[in-house]
Amino acid sequence: MRRISPSLGLGLLITIFLVGVALVSLAWTPYPPTRIDILHRLAGPSAAHWLGTDPFGRDVASMLMAGAHSTLAVALIAVAVGVGLGVPLGLSAASSGGWVDQLVMRIADLAFAFPALLTAVMITALAGPGAVNAMLAIGIFNIPVFARVARGAALAAREQDYVVAARAVGRSEAEVMLYHVLPNISAVLLVQMTIQFALAIVADAGLAYVGLGVQPPQPSWGRMLNDAQTYIFRAPLLAVFPGLAITLAVLGFNLLGDGLRDHFDPRMKER
Amino acid sequence: MARLLLTRFAALVATLLAASLVVFVVLDVLPGDPALLILGTGARPDTLAALRHQMGLDLPAWWRYLLWIGGILHGDWGVSATYGVPVGDLIAARALVSLPLAVLAIVLSTLLAIPMGVAAAARRGRALDVSLMSAAQIGVAVPNFWLGLLLILLFSVQLAWLPAGGFAGWDKGIGAALGSLLLPALALALPQAAILARVTRSAVLETLGQDYVRTALAKGLTGMAALWRHAVPNALIPVVTIIGMQFSFLLAGTVIIENVFTLPGLGRLIFQAIAQRDLVVVQDLVVLLAGSVIVVNFAVDLAYLWLDPRLTRGEG
Repeated sequence: MRRISPSLGLGLLITIFLVGVALVSLAWTPYPPTRIDILHRLAGPSAAHWLGTDPFGRDVASMLMAGAHSTLAVALIAVAVGVGLGVPLGLSAASSGGWVDQLVMRIADLAFAFPALLTAVMITALAGPGAVNAMLAIGIFNIPVFARVARGAALAAREQDYVVAARAVGRSEAEVMLYHVLPNISAVLLVQMTIQFALAIVADAGLAYVGLGVQPPQPSWGRMLNDAQTYIFRAPLLAVFPGLAITLAVLGFNLLGDGLRDHFDPRMKER
Repeated sequence: MARLLLTRFAALVATLLAASLVVFVVLDVLPGDPALLILGTGARPDTLAALRHQMGLDLPAWWRYLLWIGGILHGDWGVSATYGVPVGDLIAARALVSLPLAVLAIVLSTLLAIPMGVAAAARRGRALDVSLMSAAQIGVAVPNFWLGLLLILLFSVQLAWLPAGGFAGWDKGIGAALGSLLLPALALALPQAAILARVTRSAVLETLGQDYVRTALAKGLTGMAALWRHAVPNALIPVVTIIGMQFSFLLAGTVIIENVFTLPGLGRLIFQAIAQRDLVVVQDLVVLLAGSVIVVNFAVDLAYLWLDPRLTRGEG
Protein backbone atom coordinates (compact mmCIF):
# COMPACT_ATOMS: atom_id res chain seq x y z
CA MET A 1 0.00 0.00 0.00
CA ARG A 2 1.42 3.34 -1.03
CA ARG A 3 1.62 6.24 1.37
CA ILE A 4 -1.51 8.40 1.43
CA SER A 5 -0.76 11.82 -0.07
CA PRO A 6 -1.86 15.02 1.73
CA SER A 7 -4.55 15.79 -0.86
CA LEU A 8 -5.94 12.27 -0.70
CA GLY A 9 -5.90 12.37 3.10
CA LEU A 10 -7.59 15.77 3.32
CA GLY A 11 -10.10 14.79 0.63
CA LEU A 12 -10.96 11.59 2.49
CA LEU A 13 -11.27 13.49 5.76
CA ILE A 14 -13.67 16.09 4.32
CA THR A 15 -15.83 13.63 2.40
CA ILE A 16 -16.07 11.21 5.35
CA PHE A 17 -17.00 14.14 7.59
CA LEU A 18 -19.75 15.23 5.17
CA VAL A 19 -21.16 11.75 4.74
CA GLY A 20 -21.05 11.37 8.53
CA VAL A 21 -22.93 14.65 9.05
CA ALA A 22 -25.50 13.65 6.42
CA LEU A 23 -26.05 10.28 8.12
CA VAL A 24 -26.26 11.78 11.60
CA SER A 25 -28.81 14.32 10.35
CA LEU A 26 -31.19 11.44 9.62
CA ALA A 27 -31.27 10.55 13.30
CA TRP A 28 -30.34 13.77 15.09
CA THR A 29 -30.02 17.51 14.48
CA PRO A 30 -29.73 20.14 17.24
CA TYR A 31 -33.28 21.27 16.41
CA PRO A 32 -35.81 19.90 13.93
CA PRO A 33 -34.52 21.63 10.73
CA THR A 34 -37.99 22.74 9.70
CA ARG A 35 -39.13 24.03 13.11
CA ILE A 36 -40.19 27.66 12.86
CA ASP A 37 -39.50 29.85 15.90
CA ILE A 38 -40.47 33.38 14.89
CA LEU A 39 -39.55 34.86 18.31
CA HIS A 40 -35.88 33.99 17.76
CA ARG A 41 -35.63 34.84 14.07
CA LEU A 42 -32.38 36.15 12.53
CA ALA A 43 -30.43 35.48 15.74
CA GLY A 44 -26.65 35.52 15.54
CA PRO A 45 -24.51 32.53 16.49
CA SER A 46 -24.91 31.59 20.18
CA ALA A 47 -24.64 28.59 22.49
CA ALA A 48 -28.27 27.73 21.79
CA HIS A 49 -27.98 28.20 18.01
CA TRP A 50 -24.34 27.55 16.95
CA LEU A 51 -24.74 29.24 13.57
CA GLY A 52 -27.74 31.42 14.39
CA THR A 53 -31.26 31.29 12.99
CA ASP A 54 -32.82 32.20 9.65
CA PRO A 55 -35.70 34.63 8.86
CA PHE A 56 -38.18 32.02 10.12
CA GLY A 57 -36.23 31.30 13.28
CA ARG A 58 -35.10 27.92 11.97
CA ASP A 59 -31.75 26.68 13.31
CA VAL A 60 -29.09 27.21 10.61
CA ALA A 61 -26.79 24.42 11.83
CA SER A 62 -29.63 21.92 11.71
CA MET A 63 -30.64 23.08 8.23
CA LEU A 64 -27.05 22.74 7.00
CA MET A 65 -26.89 19.18 8.35
CA ALA A 66 -30.15 18.23 6.66
CA GLY A 67 -28.94 20.04 3.52
CA ALA A 68 -25.83 17.85 3.45
CA HIS A 69 -28.07 14.83 3.30
CA SER A 70 -30.20 16.14 0.44
CA THR A 71 -27.22 17.41 -1.58
CA LEU A 72 -25.31 14.16 -1.26
CA ALA A 73 -28.41 12.18 -2.20
CA VAL A 74 -28.99 14.25 -5.35
CA ALA A 75 -25.31 14.03 -6.36
CA LEU A 76 -25.16 10.30 -5.65
CA ILE A 77 -28.16 9.50 -7.86
CA ALA A 78 -27.00 11.91 -10.58
CA VAL A 79 -23.59 10.21 -10.74
CA ALA A 80 -25.18 6.75 -10.55
CA VAL A 81 -27.37 7.59 -13.57
CA GLY A 82 -24.26 8.66 -15.48
CA VAL A 83 -22.25 5.57 -14.54
CA GLY A 84 -25.15 3.15 -14.95
CA LEU A 85 -25.97 4.23 -18.49
CA GLY A 86 -22.72 5.83 -19.65
CA VAL A 87 -20.28 3.04 -18.81
CA PRO A 88 -22.22 0.28 -20.65
CA LEU A 89 -22.60 2.62 -23.63
CA GLY A 90 -18.90 3.46 -23.66
CA LEU A 91 -17.88 -0.19 -23.28
CA SER A 92 -20.15 -1.37 -26.08
CA ALA A 93 -18.90 1.46 -28.31
CA ALA A 94 -15.32 0.37 -27.62
CA SER A 95 -16.00 -3.33 -28.18
CA SER A 96 -18.13 -3.07 -31.30
CA GLY A 97 -16.26 -0.26 -33.04
CA GLY A 98 -17.45 0.77 -36.49
CA TRP A 99 -20.75 2.61 -36.85
CA VAL A 100 -22.00 1.81 -33.34
CA ASP A 101 -18.90 3.46 -31.94
CA GLN A 102 -19.30 6.43 -34.28
CA LEU A 103 -22.98 6.83 -33.40
CA VAL A 104 -22.46 6.73 -29.62
CA MET A 105 -19.56 9.15 -29.77
CA ARG A 106 -21.30 11.64 -32.09
CA ILE A 107 -24.32 11.65 -29.77
CA ALA A 108 -21.96 12.30 -26.87
CA ASP A 109 -20.36 15.17 -28.82
CA LEU A 110 -23.81 16.62 -29.45
CA ALA A 111 -24.70 16.44 -25.76
CA PHE A 112 -21.58 18.44 -24.91
CA ALA A 113 -22.85 21.31 -27.08
CA PHE A 114 -25.61 21.98 -24.56
CA PRO A 115 -24.41 23.93 -21.53
CA ALA A 116 -25.22 21.37 -18.83
CA LEU A 117 -26.45 23.70 -16.11
CA LEU A 118 -28.61 25.67 -18.52
CA THR A 119 -30.25 22.53 -19.82
CA ALA A 120 -30.73 21.23 -16.29
CA VAL A 121 -32.54 24.50 -15.49
CA MET A 122 -34.70 24.01 -18.57
CA ILE A 123 -35.54 20.39 -17.79
CA THR A 124 -36.40 20.98 -14.13
CA ALA A 125 -38.40 24.11 -14.93
CA LEU A 126 -40.48 22.40 -17.59
CA ALA A 127 -40.78 18.94 -16.02
CA GLY A 128 -41.48 20.42 -12.59
CA PRO A 129 -39.04 21.40 -9.83
CA GLY A 130 -38.07 18.84 -7.22
CA ALA A 131 -35.36 16.48 -6.04
CA VAL A 132 -36.10 13.64 -8.47
CA ASN A 133 -36.13 15.84 -11.57
CA ALA A 134 -32.97 17.59 -10.37
CA MET A 135 -31.23 14.22 -10.03
CA LEU A 136 -32.26 13.23 -13.55
CA ALA A 137 -31.51 16.62 -15.12
CA ILE A 138 -27.98 16.59 -13.67
CA GLY A 139 -27.57 12.86 -14.30
CA ILE A 140 -28.37 13.02 -18.02
CA PHE A 141 -25.24 15.06 -18.65
CA ASN A 142 -23.11 12.55 -16.79
CA ILE A 143 -24.04 9.85 -19.31
CA PRO A 144 -21.90 11.17 -22.21
CA VAL A 145 -19.07 11.99 -19.79
CA PHE A 146 -18.84 8.40 -18.54
CA ALA A 147 -19.45 6.99 -22.03
CA ARG A 148 -16.43 8.91 -23.33
CA VAL A 149 -14.16 8.10 -20.40
CA ALA A 150 -15.13 4.40 -20.37
CA ARG A 151 -14.63 4.09 -24.13
CA GLY A 152 -11.24 5.79 -24.09
CA ALA A 153 -9.96 3.71 -21.19
CA ALA A 154 -11.42 0.49 -22.63
CA LEU A 155 -9.79 1.07 -26.03
CA ALA A 156 -6.42 1.46 -24.30
CA ALA A 157 -7.01 -1.59 -22.06
CA ARG A 158 -8.02 -3.78 -25.03
CA GLU A 159 -4.50 -3.58 -26.38
CA GLN A 160 -3.01 -4.96 -23.17
CA ASP A 161 -1.53 -8.46 -23.13
CA TYR A 162 -3.96 -9.81 -20.54
CA VAL A 163 -6.91 -8.90 -22.77
CA VAL A 164 -5.29 -10.43 -25.84
CA ALA A 165 -4.57 -13.54 -23.76
CA ALA A 166 -8.17 -13.72 -22.49
CA ARG A 167 -9.43 -13.52 -26.04
CA ALA A 168 -6.92 -16.15 -27.15
CA VAL A 169 -8.28 -18.67 -24.64
CA GLY A 170 -11.72 -18.20 -26.16
CA ARG A 171 -13.46 -15.66 -23.90
CA SER A 172 -16.31 -13.88 -25.67
CA GLU A 173 -16.11 -10.14 -26.29
CA ALA A 174 -18.72 -9.50 -23.56
CA GLU A 175 -16.79 -11.62 -21.06
CA VAL A 176 -13.55 -9.87 -21.92
CA MET A 177 -15.19 -6.50 -21.35
CA LEU A 178 -16.90 -7.50 -18.11
CA TYR A 179 -14.19 -9.55 -16.42
CA HIS A 180 -10.96 -8.13 -17.83
CA VAL A 181 -11.44 -4.61 -19.16
CA LEU A 182 -13.94 -3.24 -16.62
CA PRO A 183 -11.92 -4.11 -13.49
CA ASN A 184 -8.86 -2.55 -15.08
CA ILE A 185 -10.53 0.73 -15.93
CA SER A 186 -12.32 1.02 -12.58
CA ALA A 187 -9.65 3.36 -11.18
CA VAL A 188 -10.15 5.83 -14.04
CA LEU A 189 -13.90 5.61 -13.57
CA LEU A 190 -13.64 6.14 -9.82
CA VAL A 191 -11.59 9.33 -10.33
CA GLN A 192 -14.15 10.59 -12.85
CA MET A 193 -16.94 9.80 -10.37
CA THR A 194 -15.42 12.09 -7.74
CA ILE A 195 -15.09 14.89 -10.32
CA GLN A 196 -18.70 14.49 -11.45
CA PHE A 197 -19.80 14.27 -7.82
CA ALA A 198 -18.25 17.69 -7.14
CA LEU A 199 -19.88 19.14 -10.27
CA ALA A 200 -23.23 17.63 -9.28
CA ILE A 201 -23.03 19.31 -5.86
CA VAL A 202 -22.56 22.71 -7.53
CA ALA A 203 -25.34 22.01 -10.03
CA ASP A 204 -27.68 20.90 -7.25
CA ALA A 205 -26.95 24.06 -5.28
CA GLY A 206 -27.45 26.20 -8.39
CA LEU A 207 -30.80 24.60 -9.20
CA ALA A 208 -31.94 24.96 -5.59
CA TYR A 209 -30.77 28.59 -5.57
CA VAL A 210 -33.09 29.44 -8.46
CA GLY A 211 -35.89 27.46 -6.83
CA LEU A 212 -35.79 24.39 -9.06
CA GLY A 213 -34.13 21.82 -6.82
CA VAL A 214 -35.25 20.21 -3.59
CA GLN A 215 -38.48 21.93 -2.56
CA PRO A 216 -39.21 23.57 0.81
CA PRO A 217 -39.67 22.86 3.61
CA GLN A 218 -36.89 20.32 2.98
CA PRO A 219 -33.69 22.33 3.59
CA SER A 220 -31.07 22.68 0.85
CA TRP A 221 -27.87 24.73 0.70
CA GLY A 222 -28.78 26.50 -2.52
CA ARG A 223 -32.22 27.50 -1.26
CA MET A 224 -30.68 28.79 1.99
CA LEU A 225 -28.41 31.09 -0.06
CA ASN A 226 -31.40 32.41 -1.95
CA ASP A 227 -33.32 33.07 1.29
CA ALA A 228 -30.23 34.76 2.73
CA GLN A 229 -29.96 37.20 -0.16
CA THR A 230 -33.20 38.92 0.86
CA TYR A 231 -31.74 39.62 4.30
CA ILE A 232 -28.18 40.33 3.17
CA PHE A 233 -28.16 43.78 4.81
CA ARG A 234 -29.62 42.58 8.14
CA ALA A 235 -28.01 39.19 8.51
CA PRO A 236 -24.96 38.87 6.25
CA LEU A 237 -23.73 35.72 8.01
CA LEU A 238 -26.72 33.80 6.65
CA ALA A 239 -25.20 34.13 3.17
CA VAL A 240 -21.83 32.84 4.35
CA PHE A 241 -22.47 29.46 6.01
CA PRO A 242 -24.33 27.61 3.20
CA GLY A 243 -21.72 28.77 0.67
CA LEU A 244 -18.94 27.54 2.93
CA ALA A 245 -20.70 24.17 3.11
CA ILE A 246 -20.94 23.93 -0.70
CA THR A 247 -17.31 24.99 -1.14
CA LEU A 248 -16.12 22.51 1.49
CA ALA A 249 -18.04 19.68 -0.17
CA VAL A 250 -16.74 20.50 -3.65
CA LEU A 251 -13.20 20.95 -2.33
CA GLY A 252 -13.41 17.60 -0.55
CA PHE A 253 -14.46 15.65 -3.64
CA ASN A 254 -11.96 17.50 -5.87
CA LEU A 255 -9.10 16.71 -3.47
CA LEU A 256 -10.28 13.11 -3.25
CA GLY A 257 -10.27 12.89 -7.06
CA ASP A 258 -6.79 14.43 -7.41
CA GLY A 259 -5.49 12.24 -4.62
CA LEU A 260 -6.99 9.05 -6.05
CA ARG A 261 -5.61 9.80 -9.52
CA ASP A 262 -2.08 10.21 -8.18
CA HIS A 263 -2.53 7.19 -5.95
CA PHE A 264 -3.64 4.83 -8.72
CA ASP A 265 -1.27 6.14 -11.34
CA PRO A 266 1.79 7.92 -9.95
CA ARG A 267 2.97 8.58 -13.52
CA MET A 268 -0.06 10.83 -14.00
CA LYS A 269 0.95 12.86 -10.98
CA GLU A 270 0.57 16.55 -11.63
CA ARG A 271 3.97 18.10 -11.83
CA MET B 1 -6.08 22.63 -45.77
CA ALA B 2 -9.22 23.63 -47.72
CA ARG B 3 -10.58 20.07 -47.56
CA LEU B 4 -9.92 19.92 -43.84
CA LEU B 5 -11.81 23.18 -43.28
CA LEU B 6 -14.68 21.99 -45.45
CA THR B 7 -15.08 18.70 -43.54
CA ARG B 8 -14.99 20.56 -40.23
CA PHE B 9 -17.57 23.01 -41.52
CA ALA B 10 -19.90 20.24 -42.74
CA ALA B 11 -19.66 18.64 -39.30
CA LEU B 12 -20.47 22.03 -37.77
CA VAL B 13 -23.67 22.41 -39.81
CA ALA B 14 -24.72 18.80 -39.10
CA THR B 15 -24.21 19.32 -35.36
CA LEU B 16 -26.21 22.55 -35.41
CA LEU B 17 -29.12 20.83 -37.15
CA ALA B 18 -28.99 17.87 -34.77
CA ALA B 19 -28.90 20.24 -31.80
CA SER B 20 -31.98 22.11 -33.05
CA LEU B 21 -33.83 18.81 -33.53
CA VAL B 22 -32.96 17.74 -29.97
CA VAL B 23 -34.21 21.04 -28.55
CA PHE B 24 -37.44 20.81 -30.49
CA VAL B 25 -38.14 17.20 -29.54
CA VAL B 26 -37.33 17.74 -25.86
CA LEU B 27 -39.61 20.78 -25.62
CA ASP B 28 -42.33 18.94 -27.50
CA VAL B 29 -42.16 15.94 -25.16
CA LEU B 30 -41.99 17.81 -21.87
CA PRO B 31 -45.39 18.62 -20.34
CA GLY B 32 -46.94 22.08 -20.48
CA ASP B 33 -49.38 23.30 -23.12
CA PRO B 34 -48.52 26.95 -23.94
CA ALA B 35 -52.08 27.72 -25.01
CA LEU B 36 -53.50 26.27 -21.80
CA LEU B 37 -50.98 28.27 -19.81
CA ILE B 38 -52.01 31.53 -21.44
CA LEU B 39 -55.76 30.95 -21.04
CA GLY B 40 -55.72 29.12 -17.70
CA THR B 41 -57.34 25.79 -16.87
CA GLY B 42 -60.82 27.35 -16.80
CA ALA B 43 -60.74 28.13 -20.52
CA ARG B 44 -63.54 26.90 -22.76
CA PRO B 45 -62.48 24.05 -25.06
CA ASP B 46 -63.36 25.94 -28.26
CA THR B 47 -61.38 29.05 -27.19
CA LEU B 48 -58.45 26.78 -26.37
CA ALA B 49 -58.72 25.06 -29.76
CA ALA B 50 -58.87 28.44 -31.52
CA LEU B 51 -55.74 29.71 -29.74
CA ARG B 52 -53.92 26.43 -30.41
CA HIS B 53 -54.81 26.86 -34.07
CA GLN B 54 -53.66 30.48 -34.06
CA MET B 55 -50.35 29.50 -32.44
CA GLY B 56 -49.93 26.65 -34.92
CA LEU B 57 -49.93 24.05 -32.16
CA ASP B 58 -52.43 21.84 -34.04
CA LEU B 59 -49.97 21.23 -36.90
CA PRO B 60 -48.01 17.96 -36.97
CA ALA B 61 -44.70 18.14 -35.07
CA TRP B 62 -42.41 17.61 -38.09
CA TRP B 63 -44.14 20.43 -39.95
CA ARG B 64 -43.78 22.79 -36.96
CA TYR B 65 -40.07 21.89 -36.80
CA LEU B 66 -39.55 22.68 -40.47
CA LEU B 67 -41.48 25.97 -40.15
CA TRP B 68 -39.37 26.93 -37.15
CA ILE B 69 -35.99 26.06 -38.71
CA GLY B 70 -36.97 27.62 -42.02
CA GLY B 71 -37.95 30.79 -40.17
CA ILE B 72 -34.64 30.92 -38.29
CA LEU B 73 -32.73 30.55 -41.55
CA HIS B 74 -34.72 33.46 -43.00
CA GLY B 75 -34.08 35.62 -39.95
CA ASP B 76 -37.62 35.19 -38.66
CA TRP B 77 -37.23 33.88 -35.12
CA GLY B 78 -40.93 33.91 -34.32
CA VAL B 79 -42.95 36.10 -31.98
CA SER B 80 -42.81 35.82 -28.20
CA ALA B 81 -46.17 34.80 -26.75
CA THR B 82 -45.69 36.79 -23.53
CA TYR B 83 -43.99 39.93 -24.83
CA GLY B 84 -45.72 40.07 -28.21
CA VAL B 85 -42.52 41.21 -29.92
CA PRO B 86 -40.26 39.40 -32.40
CA VAL B 87 -37.91 37.03 -30.55
CA GLY B 88 -34.98 38.33 -32.57
CA ASP B 89 -35.42 41.84 -31.14
CA LEU B 90 -35.89 40.46 -27.64
CA ILE B 91 -32.68 38.42 -27.87
CA ALA B 92 -30.71 41.29 -29.39
CA ALA B 93 -31.70 43.60 -26.53
CA ARG B 94 -30.81 41.07 -23.82
CA ALA B 95 -27.58 40.06 -25.55
CA LEU B 96 -26.34 43.62 -24.97
CA VAL B 97 -26.11 42.62 -21.29
CA SER B 98 -25.05 38.97 -21.47
CA LEU B 99 -22.40 39.16 -24.18
CA PRO B 100 -20.41 42.00 -22.58
CA LEU B 101 -20.75 40.14 -19.27
CA ALA B 102 -19.36 36.90 -20.74
CA VAL B 103 -16.59 38.70 -22.62
CA LEU B 104 -15.61 40.70 -19.53
CA ALA B 105 -15.53 37.48 -17.50
CA ILE B 106 -13.35 35.66 -20.07
CA VAL B 107 -10.97 38.63 -20.29
CA LEU B 108 -10.68 38.97 -16.49
CA SER B 109 -10.19 35.24 -16.06
CA THR B 110 -7.49 35.04 -18.75
CA LEU B 111 -5.66 38.14 -17.50
CA LEU B 112 -5.58 36.70 -13.98
CA ALA B 113 -4.90 33.08 -14.82
CA ILE B 114 -2.05 33.19 -17.33
CA PRO B 115 0.37 35.25 -15.18
CA MET B 116 -0.60 33.13 -12.15
CA GLY B 117 -0.03 29.87 -13.97
CA VAL B 118 3.25 30.98 -15.57
CA ALA B 119 4.54 32.38 -12.27
CA ALA B 120 3.66 29.16 -10.46
CA ALA B 121 5.39 27.09 -13.13
CA ALA B 122 8.50 29.30 -13.07
CA ARG B 123 8.70 28.99 -9.26
CA ARG B 124 7.75 25.31 -9.21
CA GLY B 125 7.72 23.83 -5.72
CA ARG B 126 8.54 27.15 -4.03
CA ALA B 127 6.30 29.06 -1.66
CA LEU B 128 4.77 31.15 -4.48
CA ASP B 129 3.80 28.04 -6.44
CA VAL B 130 2.33 26.29 -3.41
CA SER B 131 0.31 29.30 -2.28
CA LEU B 132 -0.98 30.12 -5.80
CA MET B 133 -2.00 26.52 -6.40
CA SER B 134 -3.66 26.18 -2.99
CA ALA B 135 -5.63 29.34 -3.73
CA ALA B 136 -6.57 27.87 -7.12
CA GLN B 137 -7.67 24.59 -5.52
CA ILE B 138 -10.06 26.54 -3.29
CA GLY B 139 -11.09 28.87 -6.14
CA VAL B 140 -12.16 25.91 -8.27
CA ALA B 141 -14.47 24.77 -5.46
CA VAL B 142 -16.27 28.09 -4.91
CA PRO B 143 -19.64 28.21 -6.70
CA ASN B 144 -19.87 31.42 -8.73
CA PHE B 145 -23.31 32.42 -7.41
CA TRP B 146 -22.06 32.28 -3.82
CA LEU B 147 -18.99 34.28 -4.82
CA GLY B 148 -21.46 36.77 -6.30
CA LEU B 149 -23.21 37.05 -2.93
CA LEU B 150 -19.86 37.51 -1.13
CA LEU B 151 -18.87 40.24 -3.60
CA ILE B 152 -22.20 41.95 -2.94
CA LEU B 153 -21.54 41.66 0.81
CA LEU B 154 -18.10 43.22 0.46
CA PHE B 155 -18.47 45.84 -2.27
CA SER B 156 -22.14 46.77 -1.94
CA VAL B 157 -23.09 46.17 1.68
CA GLN B 158 -19.80 46.95 3.47
CA LEU B 159 -18.03 49.39 1.16
CA ALA B 160 -21.01 50.65 -0.87
CA TRP B 161 -18.79 51.06 -3.94
CA LEU B 162 -20.80 49.17 -6.50
CA PRO B 163 -24.52 48.38 -6.96
CA ALA B 164 -25.84 45.14 -5.43
CA GLY B 165 -27.69 44.32 -8.63
CA GLY B 166 -29.61 45.67 -11.57
CA PHE B 167 -28.24 47.04 -14.81
CA ALA B 168 -27.62 50.75 -15.34
CA GLY B 169 -28.15 50.52 -19.11
CA TRP B 170 -25.73 51.49 -21.85
CA ASP B 171 -27.46 54.84 -22.34
CA LYS B 172 -26.27 55.88 -18.86
CA GLY B 173 -22.70 55.82 -20.13
CA ILE B 174 -20.10 53.10 -20.46
CA GLY B 175 -18.75 53.59 -16.95
CA ALA B 176 -22.08 53.03 -15.21
CA ALA B 177 -22.92 50.03 -17.41
CA LEU B 178 -19.55 48.38 -16.87
CA GLY B 179 -19.84 49.18 -13.16
CA SER B 180 -22.98 47.10 -12.91
CA LEU B 181 -21.34 44.26 -14.85
CA LEU B 182 -18.08 44.24 -12.89
CA LEU B 183 -19.17 42.24 -9.82
CA PRO B 184 -21.07 39.57 -11.79
CA ALA B 185 -18.15 39.29 -14.22
CA LEU B 186 -15.74 38.84 -11.31
CA ALA B 187 -18.00 36.22 -9.76
CA LEU B 188 -17.99 34.31 -13.05
CA ALA B 189 -14.30 34.89 -13.73
CA LEU B 190 -12.56 33.94 -10.47
CA PRO B 191 -13.51 30.23 -10.36
CA GLN B 192 -12.72 29.94 -14.07
CA ALA B 193 -9.39 31.69 -13.54
CA ALA B 194 -8.53 29.10 -10.89
CA ILE B 195 -9.10 26.29 -13.39
CA LEU B 196 -7.20 28.10 -16.14
CA ALA B 197 -4.25 28.89 -13.87
CA ARG B 198 -3.85 25.18 -13.06
CA VAL B 199 -3.98 24.23 -16.72
CA THR B 200 -1.51 26.99 -17.66
CA ARG B 201 0.89 25.89 -14.93
CA SER B 202 0.99 22.26 -16.01
CA ALA B 203 1.18 23.16 -19.72
CA VAL B 204 4.12 25.51 -19.11
CA LEU B 205 5.85 22.90 -16.94
CA GLU B 206 5.46 20.46 -19.83
CA THR B 207 7.10 22.79 -22.36
CA LEU B 208 9.80 23.91 -19.89
CA GLY B 209 11.08 20.32 -19.96
CA GLN B 210 11.39 20.28 -23.77
CA ASP B 211 14.67 20.23 -25.69
CA TYR B 212 14.07 23.55 -27.44
CA VAL B 213 13.90 25.34 -24.10
CA ARG B 214 17.14 23.68 -23.01
CA THR B 215 18.68 24.73 -26.34
CA ALA B 216 17.47 28.30 -25.85
CA LEU B 217 19.03 28.36 -22.37
CA ALA B 218 22.22 26.75 -23.68
CA LYS B 219 22.71 29.41 -26.33
CA GLY B 220 22.54 32.03 -23.61
CA LEU B 221 18.95 33.23 -23.33
CA THR B 222 17.99 34.34 -19.83
CA GLY B 223 15.47 32.20 -17.97
CA MET B 224 12.80 34.87 -18.39
CA ALA B 225 13.33 35.13 -22.16
CA ALA B 226 13.27 31.35 -22.59
CA LEU B 227 10.10 31.19 -20.53
CA TRP B 228 8.13 33.88 -22.36
CA ARG B 229 9.52 33.39 -25.86
CA HIS B 230 9.63 29.61 -26.02
CA ALA B 231 7.86 27.85 -23.17
CA VAL B 232 4.69 29.98 -22.90
CA PRO B 233 3.75 30.22 -26.61
CA ASN B 234 4.14 26.46 -26.98
CA ALA B 235 1.96 25.86 -23.93
CA LEU B 236 -0.97 27.79 -25.38
CA ILE B 237 -2.88 24.92 -27.04
CA PRO B 238 -4.32 23.37 -23.87
CA VAL B 239 -4.90 26.87 -22.50
CA VAL B 240 -6.93 27.88 -25.57
CA THR B 241 -8.91 24.63 -25.34
CA ILE B 242 -9.90 25.38 -21.78
CA ILE B 243 -10.79 29.00 -22.60
CA GLY B 244 -13.06 27.67 -25.35
CA MET B 245 -14.70 25.19 -22.98
CA GLN B 246 -15.15 27.91 -20.38
CA PHE B 247 -17.25 29.86 -22.83
CA SER B 248 -19.91 27.18 -22.55
CA PHE B 249 -19.70 27.25 -18.74
CA LEU B 250 -19.99 31.02 -18.75
CA LEU B 251 -23.08 30.98 -20.96
CA ALA B 252 -24.76 28.51 -18.63
CA GLY B 253 -23.42 30.43 -15.66
CA THR B 254 -25.22 33.57 -16.76
CA VAL B 255 -28.57 31.88 -16.02
CA ILE B 256 -27.76 31.78 -12.31
CA ILE B 257 -25.51 34.82 -11.98
CA GLU B 258 -28.03 37.08 -13.74
CA ASN B 259 -30.53 35.93 -11.13
CA VAL B 260 -28.11 36.81 -8.33
CA PHE B 261 -27.53 40.32 -9.68
CA THR B 262 -30.99 40.76 -11.30
CA LEU B 263 -29.44 41.57 -14.66
CA PRO B 264 -31.83 41.74 -17.64
CA GLY B 265 -29.76 39.39 -19.82
CA LEU B 266 -30.29 36.23 -21.83
CA GLY B 267 -30.09 34.07 -18.72
CA ARG B 268 -33.03 35.80 -17.05
CA LEU B 269 -34.90 35.89 -20.33
CA ILE B 270 -34.64 32.14 -20.75
CA PHE B 271 -35.64 31.71 -17.14
CA GLN B 272 -38.76 33.82 -17.49
CA ALA B 273 -39.60 32.28 -20.86
CA ILE B 274 -39.47 28.79 -19.35
CA ALA B 275 -41.66 29.83 -16.43
CA GLN B 276 -44.23 31.32 -18.81
CA ARG B 277 -43.99 28.44 -21.32
CA ASP B 278 -42.99 30.93 -24.00
CA LEU B 279 -41.66 27.99 -26.00
CA VAL B 280 -40.53 29.87 -29.13
CA VAL B 281 -38.25 32.01 -27.00
CA VAL B 282 -36.90 28.96 -25.14
CA GLN B 283 -36.27 27.03 -28.37
CA ASP B 284 -34.55 29.95 -30.05
CA LEU B 285 -32.40 30.73 -27.03
CA VAL B 286 -31.28 27.17 -26.41
CA VAL B 287 -30.44 26.68 -30.08
CA LEU B 288 -28.60 30.00 -30.07
CA LEU B 289 -26.60 29.06 -26.97
CA ALA B 290 -25.86 25.51 -28.14
CA GLY B 291 -25.03 26.98 -31.55
CA SER B 292 -22.56 29.42 -30.09
CA VAL B 293 -20.89 26.61 -28.14
CA ILE B 294 -20.58 24.60 -31.35
CA VAL B 295 -19.23 27.61 -33.26
CA VAL B 296 -16.75 28.42 -30.48
CA ASN B 297 -15.51 24.82 -30.50
CA PHE B 298 -15.07 25.16 -34.25
CA ALA B 299 -13.11 28.38 -33.72
CA VAL B 300 -10.96 26.61 -31.12
CA ASP B 301 -10.23 23.88 -33.69
CA LEU B 302 -9.18 26.57 -36.16
CA ALA B 303 -7.04 28.21 -33.49
CA TYR B 304 -5.14 24.91 -33.09
CA LEU B 305 -4.32 24.92 -36.78
CA TRP B 306 -2.99 28.43 -36.42
CA LEU B 307 -1.10 27.75 -33.19
CA ASP B 308 0.35 24.47 -34.39
CA PRO B 309 1.01 24.40 -38.15
CA ARG B 310 2.07 20.74 -37.87
CA LEU B 311 -1.61 19.76 -37.55
CA THR B 312 -2.43 21.03 -41.06
CA ARG B 313 0.48 19.24 -42.63
CA GLY B 314 -0.40 16.05 -40.82
CA GLU B 315 -3.95 15.87 -42.10
CA GLY B 316 -3.92 17.79 -45.37
